[in-house]
Amino acid sequence: MHTGPKLTPEQLEENFADINPPLTPSLALEAASRCLFCYDAPCIKACPTEINIPQFIRQILTQNLVGSARTILSANVLGHSCGRVCPTSVLCEGACVLNAEGKKPVEIGRLQRHAVDHVLNRGINVLKAGKENGQRVAMIGAGPASLACAAELRRLGCAAVIFDSKPHPGGLNTYGIAAYKMRAEDSVRETEMIRALGVDIRNGVTIGRDVSLEQLEREYDAIFLGVGLGETDDLNIEADNIRRCADALSFIEKTKTNGFDHVQIGTQVAVIGGGNTAIDVATAARRLGAEVVYMIYRRSREEMSAFDYEYELAKVDGVTFVWQAAPVRVVPDARGRAQGLVCVKTELGPPDSSSRRSFRPIPGSEFTLEVDMVVRALGQKKLAFLQDIPNLKLDGGKVVVNAETMQTANPKYFAGGDCVNGGGEVVDAVAHGKRAARGIHAALAAQQRGVAHA
Amino acid sequence: MPDLSINFCGVRSPNPFWLASGPPTNTAYQVMKAFDAGWGGAVWKTIGDPIINTASRYGSIDYKHERMIGLNNIELISDRPIETNFREISEVKKRFPKNTVVASLMVESKRETWHDIVRRAQDSGSDLLELNFGCPHGMSERGMGAAVGQVPEYTTMITTWVKEVATIPVIVKLTPNVTDVAHMASAAKQGGAGAVSLVNTFNSLVGVDLDTYAPRPNVGGYGSHGGYCGPSVKPIALHMVSSVAKHPTVGVPISGIGGIANWQDATEFILLGATSVQVCTAAMHYGFRIVEDMIDGLSQYLEDKGFNSVMDLVGKSVNRIRDWGDLDLNYKIVARIDPQLCIGCNLCYIACEDGAHQCIAAAERPRGDLRDGEIAKHVPRILEDECVGCNLCALVCPVPGCITMEQLDNGRATMSWRQLQEARGRNPQCTMGDLLAKGTAAD
Ligand SMILES: Cc1cc2nc3c(=O)[nH]c(=O)nc-3n(C[C@H](O)[C@H](O)[C@H](O)COP(=O)(O)OP(=O)(O)OC[C@H]3O[C@@H](n4cnc5c(N)ncnc54)[C@H](O)[C@@H]3O)c2cc1C
Ligand SMILES: Cc1cc2nc3c(=O)[nH]c(=O)nc-3n(C[C@H](O)[C@H](O)[C@H](O)COP(=O)(O)O)c2cc1C
Ligand code: SF4
Repeated sequence: MHTGPKLTPEQLEENFADINPPLTPSLALEAASRCLFCYDAPCIKACPTEINIPQFIRQILTQNLVGSARTILSANVLGHSCGRVCPTSVLCEGACVLNAEGKKPVEIGRLQRHAVDHVLNRGINVLKAGKENGQRVAMIGAGPASLACAAELRRLGCAAVIFDSKPHPGGLNTYGIAAYKMRAEDSVRETEMIRALGVDIRNGVTIGRDVSLEQLEREYDAIFLGVGLGETDDLNIEADNIRRCADALSFIEKTKTNGFDHVQIGTQVAVIGGGNTAIDVATAARRLGAEVVYMIYRRSREEMSAFDYEYELAKVDGVTFVWQAAPVRVVPDARGRAQGLVCVKTELGPPDSSSRRSFRPIPGSEFTLEVDMVVRALGQKKLAFLQDIPNLKLDGGKVVVNAETMQTANPKYFAGGDCVNGGGEVVDAVAHGKRAARGIHAALAAQQRGVAHA
Repeated sequence: MPDLSINFCGVRSPNPFWLASGPPTNTAYQVMKAFDAGWGGAVWKTIGDPIINTASRYGSIDYKHERMIGLNNIELISDRPIETNFREISEVKKRFPKNTVVASLMVESKRETWHDIVRRAQDSGSDLLELNFGCPHGMSERGMGAAVGQVPEYTTMITTWVKEVATIPVIVKLTPNVTDVAHMASAAKQGGAGAVSLVNTFNSLVGVDLDTYAPRPNVGGYGSHGGYCGPSVKPIALHMVSSVAKHPTVGVPISGIGGIANWQDATEFILLGATSVQVCTAAMHYGFRIVEDMIDGLSQYLEDKGFNSVMDLVGKSVNRIRDWGDLDLNYKIVARIDPQLCIGCNLCYIACEDGAHQCIAAAERPRGDLRDGEIAKHVPRILEDECVGCNLCALVCPVPGCITMEQLDNGRATMSWRQLQEARGRNPQCTMGDLLAKGTAAD
């Protein structure tokens, strides 16, 4: 039963409209004409997938949009979603030389989307699969890391099969990215382009439950782990069994899959956390109609891990920031639903192991926020599943790999994406996947040569 | 307030800014509107037997987001009756007696026909006549325009016919589609021209549509060569104007034309010898209002430089133009990069590396983004000992003032190629390097 605010479907659609809409051809030309065509360009060096950015922008200028998309996609097969969701202000656009002159950087992200949209909307396949080489590779997880790995493997001539528990491919691109950046349909549509390369994507299959690791090991020459991270970290406060207490990932997933008018939202919402995910939850809550949204963070603005532009977006969306406060317990009403959040003020000390300033609760400084919904947005757990893989080396739950080949301590397994870096950006996962594909191809080719020699 | 008025062939004009013969000067309505806006004069759209034009008529060149940096047209002379044009000229002169109205004329190459049109032009009250020997397209197929302007004898002959009846000064408008425009100016002077104007449009084919294979502008799937003008022709026009100004015997006033869009362009033409300047494309692009800043900018410039009259500027740069053989081979400059201003685009590096003399060093840029902290500045380094001082890096640098060309004192006296040849004759035993090192003292 829903007691929260109710917006019309039209209002909801408007609230979740694309925050960075596509460029018109004329705007694209203007934006592209600002690129200086730097040599050994810093934007390329700041892109984890090393897209030849000046080249694809020049191709937009010469009206060679298919060629432009080819330049992008051959370096980054998720060029469409990266154009939409990358934190460009700390990546390519942050490195643009125009910044040094006090000018706005070239709109690289939007230009990238412009070029890729051209082929995506017309069903033009610019990438081609390589000559079949007999190598067979399985990928666990259909997120950005595996998708990039599979696409690159196909270009190298390997057979690539992806397994994912979820009903649709895309990983967090489909289920996690804020809806105003990208809708689930767009993410899924992008995976169709990867399917067209001959990648076999099998959804609704959980490895370790529906299909065993042993079976995979038998049937495939190598296995790539693109499993990402697990569910949202626990709060470890008294909130159990209280209704209207949600976790960030489930909440966001609902906004991506349920239809906005089917997402339960409170009138006054507390979001706990200071990262990009917390911002996504807070802005989504406001856009769903919550009247007051508090973002509660233990440290201060300086220590918050969210990007500046995400913080700015939350401010524009009218989110109220509660700095230096930690949650103590959720107060239930008579029917077991959240009606308040008790917090305690904190004071900051010297830097701790995370190199951010440490904090410590100030005794007696408790205060209560009147809220009817609490969402915890702390971080994601590491996947326990990884411990089942023999000889895999983990470091704090993260898979340890050779940085060049992405091979794990178990030579049959390669890994990339969030399960390796502990949670990065889509483009980092793509870069990992691509690198792993080359590592896998090289390792299997060496094996094949070895067999031939024997 | 400096004096912008000019004396052109004895005719006073309130300022040097005239509209060139073309679509902006088709009608009295336009010319009066232009005079109200501030234009000092207007050369009427060429008058002659009315013609029929095609659709379309224009094609253009864009550069990145900049539209129409070059304009091509296949339009002919005025499509209005001769008497209408002259009646409207009279009306304009009545309302604007101080502004300069020039009647541009083009008729069949027959003496009587020219006599007739010249008399009618004078009766209309025009201040000057301009003989259009320039149109490179259409009219030239009919034996007019460039067909006259490309043959010195015809140019002299028709100018002579005009002078037989002309009571007002005659300007001959020259075509740039010749090997030596100064030679044509000389032919016009021989026929009695009191002034020359240049340039008319350049023969051109502006482009081909890659989908239909039809040239632009497209007339039912076909095209024809046309006349090219606008900002991109300015350097060629400037050279042509200066070559006429430098000619030892021509010595008549010049009306400079070709790619002028603002006071700076106009001032360059004036410094190279033009007394008045004419504008067509820029007025077609932005309208008559551009003259406001032309007037204001030129006045400010004169004031800043301490000139009382624009006439003091005319030809001031002409004697700065020399033959290549008279330039100093011992003048030495090198490029310097201001590391403060440098934004690290590496355009200077790649230009010098691939397109000049491999005199700039740039280390490969390290990988990295802002998540790892500030991105270190990436400034290329000029290898001064290697730099030949060609300017290329400074020209491609996108940041104003970042790369400057600094003069080095190499302790050498000046020596031109001509002087070097002479010195070699006198000292056959010396190498060129030795002679250069000695400079003009090498005797
Ligand atoms: C809320 C949120 C917002 C974000 N916003 C952005 C953003 O705006 N921009 C940006 O660049 N990045 C953003 N990120 C980060 C980005 O989504 C991730 O870095 C990226 O998706 C990681 O890709 P991945 O392939 O490693 O893992 P994931 O995308 O997490 O994909 C892993 C997949 O593996 C599947 N899986 C796991 N275990 C199994 C198994 N045993 N069997 C079968 N399948 C399995 C999962 O179902 C999942 O589909 C965001 C992340 C979150 C959580
Ligand atoms: C559409 C068009 C029509 C023109 N018609 C004439 C003309 O009738 N008579 C003439 O002497 N010049 C004509 N010209 C040439 C211009 O007077 C001028 O010489 C030339 O355009 C160069 O100047 P600009 O670069 O300022 O345009 C025409 C130019 C254009 C663009
Ligand atoms: S002036 Fe010419 S030679 Fe010297 S550094 Fe620049 S580009 Fe190279």
